[in-house]
Amino acid sequence: MTPQAPPRRDVAIVAFAQTRCRRRTDELSEVEMLMPVLHEVLRRTGLKTGDIGFTCSGSSDYLAGRAFSFTMALDGVGAWPPISESHVEMDGAWALYEAWVRLLTGEADTALVYAYGKSSPGALRKVLTRQLDPYYLAPLWPDSVALAALQAQTLIDAGRADEAALAAVAARSRTAAADNPRAQLTAPTLDGGYVVAPLRTADCPPIGDGAAAVVLAAGDRARRLCPRPAWIRGMDHRTEAHSPGVRDLTDSPSTRQAAERAGAFDRPVDTAELHAPFTSQEIVLRTALGLDDRVAVNPSGGALAANPMMAAGLIRLGEAAARIGRGASDRALAHATSGPCLQQNLVAVLEGDPEGDPGE
Amino acid sequence: MSREPVAVVGVGQTRHVAARRDVSIAGLVREAAARALEDAELTWTDIDAVVIGKAPDFFEGLMMPELYLADALGAVGKPILRVHTAGSVGGSTALVAANLVAARVHRTVLTLAFEKQSESNAMWGLSLPVPFQQPLLAGAGGFFAPHVRAYMRRSGAPDTVGALVAYKDRRNALKNPCAHLHENDITLEKVMASPMLWDPIRYSETCPSSDGACAMVLADRAGAARSPRPPAWVHGGAMRSEPTMFAGKDFVSPQAGRDCSADVYRQAGIAEPRREIDAAEIYVPFSWYEPMWLENLGFAEVGEGWKLTESGVTELDGDLPVNPSGGVLSANPIGASGMIRFAEAALQVRGQAGEHQVDGARRALGHAYGGGSQFFAMWLVGDRPPDR
Repeated sequence: MTPQAPPRRDVAIVAFAQTRCRRRTDELSEVEMLMPVLHEVLRRTGLKTGDIGFTCSGSSDYLAGRAFSFTMALDGVGAWPPISESHVEMDGAWALYEAWVRLLTGEADTALVYAYGKSSPGALRKVLTRQLDPYYLAPLWPDSVALAALQAQTLIDAGRADEAALAAVAARSRTAAADNPRAQLTAPTLDGGYVVAPLRTADCPPIGDGAAAVVLAAGDRARRLCPRPAWIRGMDHRTEAHSPGVRDLTDSPSTRQAAERAGAFDRPVDTAELHAPFTSQEIVLRTALGLDDRVAVNPSGGALAANPMMAAGLIRLGEAAARIGRGASDRALAHATSGPCLQQNLVAVLEGDPEGDPGE
Repeated sequence: MSREPVAVVGVGQTRHVAARRDVSIAGLVREAAARALEDAELTWTDIDAVVIGKAPDFFEGLMMPELYLADALGAVGKPILRVHTAGSVGGSTALVAANLVAARVHRTVLTLAFEKQSESNAMWGLSLPVPFQQPLLAGAGGFFAPHVRAYMRRSGAPDTVGALVAYKDRRNALKNPCAHLHENDITLEKVMASPMLWDPIRYSETCPSSDGACAMVLADRAGAARSPRPPAWVHGGAMRSEPTMFAGKDFVSPQAGRDCSADVYRQAGIAEPRREIDAAEIYVPFSWYEPMWLENLGFAEVGEGWKLTESGVTELDGDLPVNPSGGVLSANPIGASGMIRFAEAALQVRGQAGEHQVDGARRALGHAYGGGSQFFAMWLVGDRPPDR
């Protein structure tokens, strides 16, 4: 009876900016770290804060070490006169998702999305244990690298990878990052031995501080703001059971599910920006998404080159959009993850207009 | 392009109490969600997506709880989103969920907000000393008391108005089985004799610390048509934010609150809120915020809000019942408090509010605010589908 799924509104990423990811930024507050990227996306689009229809951000109080830490960032945005605004305590990729939905309702034509995280003040591996089941898992303090190592070992035991394959992922990512001025690691890391076997130093992401911002716009507005908008053809996110013990860690069914619903399998993509903080996770994701060697995976270097918590997922979307913007990709997949061992995953499919065709 | 109309087809709450030591955090949220599904006569498989909200993660010591709660909320294989906009979060969460239906991304969405305050001490969680930041001065009361004092000075309201609000809300709570505080022997004298906490706010004029959760099932037109009980229709919803503090900020009646309600009324086609709205669930954590918000929301002229309270207009049998559920003053699971306002507004127009039902309520406002009076989320629900 209800006409379901009428044609969706066209929404695109029209600007993206990110800080260089750094191991420490003691001299900067979160707001000071964020401000340059906010200014950069506004400058590129010629928009002012007051022109933005909806603002949404992603960050974590646990990283900032204080409750309501996002309010300070909002002060930096300049929410005066008052703005229509929301915040997710998740990676900025999910803030982008909320903003995209908002634009789909037709209530806004533009959105500012930002995310930031400073991992340097705390012991990140310990902090992330607080994400775990507080009754049965968190009291054991299994840290993020240990859980990823469990996943990597499962992959090796299943005959799907070996340490050499993991090392190859690390080498390719860091080599690609040499062309990325924002990356934290831009050369293959020396093997520093096991962090948690079978994961070696090179298999793990750098710990760093960073921020990113994106501007979304709908329809003709997007075409006016950007020479080649990265149209969001589909976006979806799915979660899995929390306990690593009840999941097949060699697979990522939620990624595949999200990709299906985002339309990723309708036509091949030429680029994939995967949020795979650990080398083993890139292998899991490549398989789940059916990506072959024709797809450029993580040309930015990915999370293995820069992994600012809460922003790294949003950066995947931004990197994919930027690649479309400069004509290096026509159809790209962007992925973000959250939680232990790829528990929750988001997939977006971005496309540029065919060259020489500014769209309808 | 047109928005899909959004209907509330299920509401579920826990019985809010000081400490739910009998359940885990997962058990607490599951209870509210199961009740909302039961109300909607739906099962977990009918739900397309889940949107949850709560105040700071420090309040339970659980970072990004959507990960751990995925199983308890039946979200495995589904999208789950977690919203955090300070005290307004319960309202914002419902609005984010409603947008998923309005944009036709999903047809049936479960939205839930919770707080298990007994896991920590929220007052001190809110009082972290931060270098170069204004200290919050011993909990939220320390922050809001000067603004209450400013309102009293500006409006010339008699000192007793705050006590009248508390006395009304605590009596309303006696009719609401979910309310945390059931003070059967409450009297106005007792409220006025209670200890002064943050002058001019007395102990009986403050919200309690509660464990609780609130859930709603939101659906599109087709879902509403199948609903076994009358749905509540969303006629308007909006969020507004402004900075914590700046020169010229009006803490008594923040611009963001005025803008937010104006946006909601515009969407709902409300020209005279005082006449056209039948009941309001307003976020009143300290008694004086009732008259303050009545003005901010356009129910009363500037400086006149206290007169509505004093003359009994906001009583359950008054002309504009405010917080018939007992409000935040009678139950405050912080992250859930905003959603409880939204859900109670929906219960009113569905005619499902039980003993605290406002007779003939057809349009009701749900309101939430948070941070330093800077985050606002509101919706207006009606017993009929929106005209446009």
